[in-house]
Amino acid sequence: MAEKKVIIKVKRQVSPQGAPYWEEFALNWRPSMNVIICLRDIAENPVTRDGKRTTPISYDSNCLEEVCGSCAMLINGKARMACSALVDQLEQPITLEPFSKFPVVRDLAVDRQFMFDSLKRVQAWIPIDGTYDLGEGPRMAAETQEKAYKLSTCISCGSCLEVCPQVTGKGPGDFMGAAIMSQVRLFNMHPTGAMHARARIEAVMQPGGIQDCANAQNCVKACPKEIPLTESLAEINRQAWKQAFLGWLIG
Amino acid sequence: MKQPRIIVVGGGLAGLMATIKVAESGVPVDLFSIVPVKRSHSVCAQGGINAAKNQKGEGDTTAKHFDDTIYGGDFLANQPLVKRMCEAAPGIIDLLDRMGVMFNRTPEGLLDYRRFGGTLYHRTAFAGATTGQQLLYALDEQVRRHESEGKVKKYEGFTFLSAVIDEAGVCRGICAMDLRSMEVRTFAADAVIFCTGGIGAIFGRSTNSVVCTGSAQSALFQQGVDYANGEFIQVHPTAIPGEDKLRLMSESARGEGGRVWVPKNPGDTRPARSIPPSERFYFLEEWYPKYGNLVPRDIATRAIHRIVYQEKLGLDGRAAVYLDVTHIPRETLDRKLEGILEIYEKFLGVDPREEPMKVFPAMHYTMGGIWVNGEDQASSVPGIYAAGECEYQYHGANRLGANSLVSCIFGGGLAGPAAAKYAKNLEKGADSTDSSVFDRERRRQEVSNQALIAQDGNENIMTIWRELGETMTEHVTVTRINKNLEAAYDKLIELQQRYRQVNLSDRSKWSNQTLNFARELGNMLLLARVITMGAHARNESRGAHYKPDFPDRDDANWLKTTRAKWVNGDIQLTYEPVDISMIAPRPRRYDAAK
Repeated sequence: MAEKKVIIKVKRQVSPQGAPYWEEFALNWRPSMNVIICLRDIAENPVTRDGKRTTPISYDSNCLEEVCGSCAMLINGKARMACSALVDQLEQPITLEPFSKFPVVRDLAVDRQFMFDSLKRVQAWIPIDGTYDLGEGPRMAAETQEKAYKLSTCISCGSCLEVCPQVTGKGPGDFMGAAIMSQVRLFNMHPTGAMHARARIEAVMQPGGIQDCANAQNCVKACPKEIPLTESLAEINRQAWKQAFLGWLIG
Repeated sequence: MKQPRIIVVGGGLAGLMATIKVAESGVPVDLFSIVPVKRSHSVCAQGGINAAKNQKGEGDTTAKHFDDTIYGGDFLANQPLVKRMCEAAPGIIDLLDRMGVMFNRTPEGLLDYRRFGGTLYHRTAFAGATTGQQLLYALDEQVRRHESEGKVKKYEGFTFLSAVIDEAGVCRGICAMDLRSMEVRTFAADAVIFCTGGIGAIFGRSTNSVVCTGSAQSALFQQGVDYANGEFIQVHPTAIPGEDKLRLMSESARGEGGRVWVPKNPGDTRPARSIPPSERFYFLEEWYPKYGNLVPRDIATRAIHRIVYQEKLGLDGRAAVYLDVTHIPRETLDRKLEGILEIYEKFLGVDPREEPMKVFPAMHYTMGGIWVNGEDQASSVPGIYAAGECEYQYHGANRLGANSLVSCIFGGGLAGPAAAKYAKNLEKGADSTDSSVFDRERRRQEVSNQALIAQDGNENIMTIWRELGETMTEHVTVTRINKNLEAAYDKLIELQQRYRQVNLSDRSKWSNQTLNFARELGNMLLLARVITMGAHARNESRGAHYKPDFPDRDDANWLKTTRAKWVNGDIQLTYEPVDISMIAPRPRRYDAAK
């Protein structure tokens, strides 16, 4: 009996300037395969389904357990992490494509620097005075911690930007995306962070800020960590309105 | 001298902490990382970070933390530095708290603490079951702030190739490769701090991430940076077997009450939940009544190996045992263990709240690493410092769970200021070093790359890697037998020869991951020899190093640090005494109180 095969179709590109092209691979099925294992199979034997010798597929990966955010890509058209995309749960042939809202580096690897630059813009940190000893941090209610902890699990994978119709992929000036808004909410929730909420909200009232969210709600469905992104967007929207309104009132 | 400049290689917890300290002191930092720093392997740490804050009314003290650590390490660690670490730990927790780490809280709003392996005290602060992630993100955020203020320049997507060392043997910078353009470049610095993490890839499959190859440590070793206690590697008792990775199932599962067991009857095919407790063998609890499921990792791993390989009680006759959390209240599981339970569910499709998890030991951590002094993380080469998992000072023969996160942050916090001070005090800095020194090193690395690309033999790097991993995992992990170690060593020599016949399947000059992995593989093969040689020489059992032919700890002959040196192109093992000035060695047993 023929060995069960897994058919993979990959949208490839040799460099940022290269034109995209497709290659198809037939791999030997094993139990509990995920897409990363498929890509490693191809690396070990880089031969297409028609027997043409090719190169291993380029892609980002590190933790292989959905906590580092590296391996985000489009799998059967859906934005998800390759490491947790189990072959047995995917319809074949399995298509792999790079995220479309970020510049391609090579094959499935894209450049997500835009997200990290956005985190700088919104001052996504707690501005401590210094690392010298200043004793304990502020107390925090367990209830607040539970909400904030969930927001702190954002792995900057870019899935929410990928699926957002408001993100065009043009880079600076583009909508920063749900993940960034949610991080602003996280830092504004922390007792010390709250002291600097104004500056963060100011930053998300600029081009690319919260006003660009049009409530498509694709983000919350795509987030691999199940972060309540629409809740964060609503909260930041509220904080921005309050700041704008109070600013107007007080002049 | 112009303004001094520091390079940090590696952006995990240790590297980021060092970076923050240097930036704060006003010295500019260039931070190199293979991946965007928030994707570093530190992100995988799950269970928590230790500190004797004594907020559970138990009378915990830093002295007890110190004793637990030294005892857990089977007395191989130099004591003064470990004591300093334990004393600094409470302050480190406070700092991380101020930085915004979302640690779990008590009803009074203070940090919560759980119990972890090798101690009877609740001293492990945690953020759900993803603590490494929250700690890493907090330091990542602080570095981003310094970056936005112009104090830190990041070189993400660069890999370290070699140090630039002048004729006087002083490090003046690094040679690194841009992983996109594949360009080899040199970067000048007055001191370099290496925080390049673990070496799991040498064992094929492990709990480590893809970048954890030990390649940087190996490259440095070949340039005169001594490597210590390489033979001491930790095999974590509970991981989820997988073809691509052995996914860690945190000790915190046991910290919150999880129990390890196998059916008493090896032929029992009933679903786990229908096996009544009287027919279950809770072997850790029975063999180690005092510490139970929270014995240190080497003890738990050997127990599981014994159950599977000697008693033949593994689940379905295979290499697996149960880690059971089904009896723990849902609310506790959600609040304290969600992150790790989610991993099990996502990758195996089974809900661990309903069915006990199937786990098995996996290579996890290296206690051994770059030799650094007992003061300030300086290595054997002037201008080179090391911190984090990649150095050897803190954990002796076995690391206690939740001590790694402390040691990374503490070590990084020492190395940063030490390197900055060294750099400021240099009479002549890297800017006075002749450019030919840099050009020479760059040329050497370019030639190395070109040689690899030109090789046209018939070997495949993935195959050689697989054989490396299988050899090391089978012979150089839990149970070490000298004739097996000799066979493993011979195999490594064979793999090194076959490596010279490797034919790269990708010769492109852009974003060539194959070429990069081939470079790393060459280095991995050498470091594997250092580890195997050290294991072979050490004829005793201590901590994680277990030789059934020499089953006892032998302080008279072996209470010493293995220090490997690269001499005339070969590995030479030397030994140095261990500083045991504060706690006298005593027998290490976990079946009774210490």
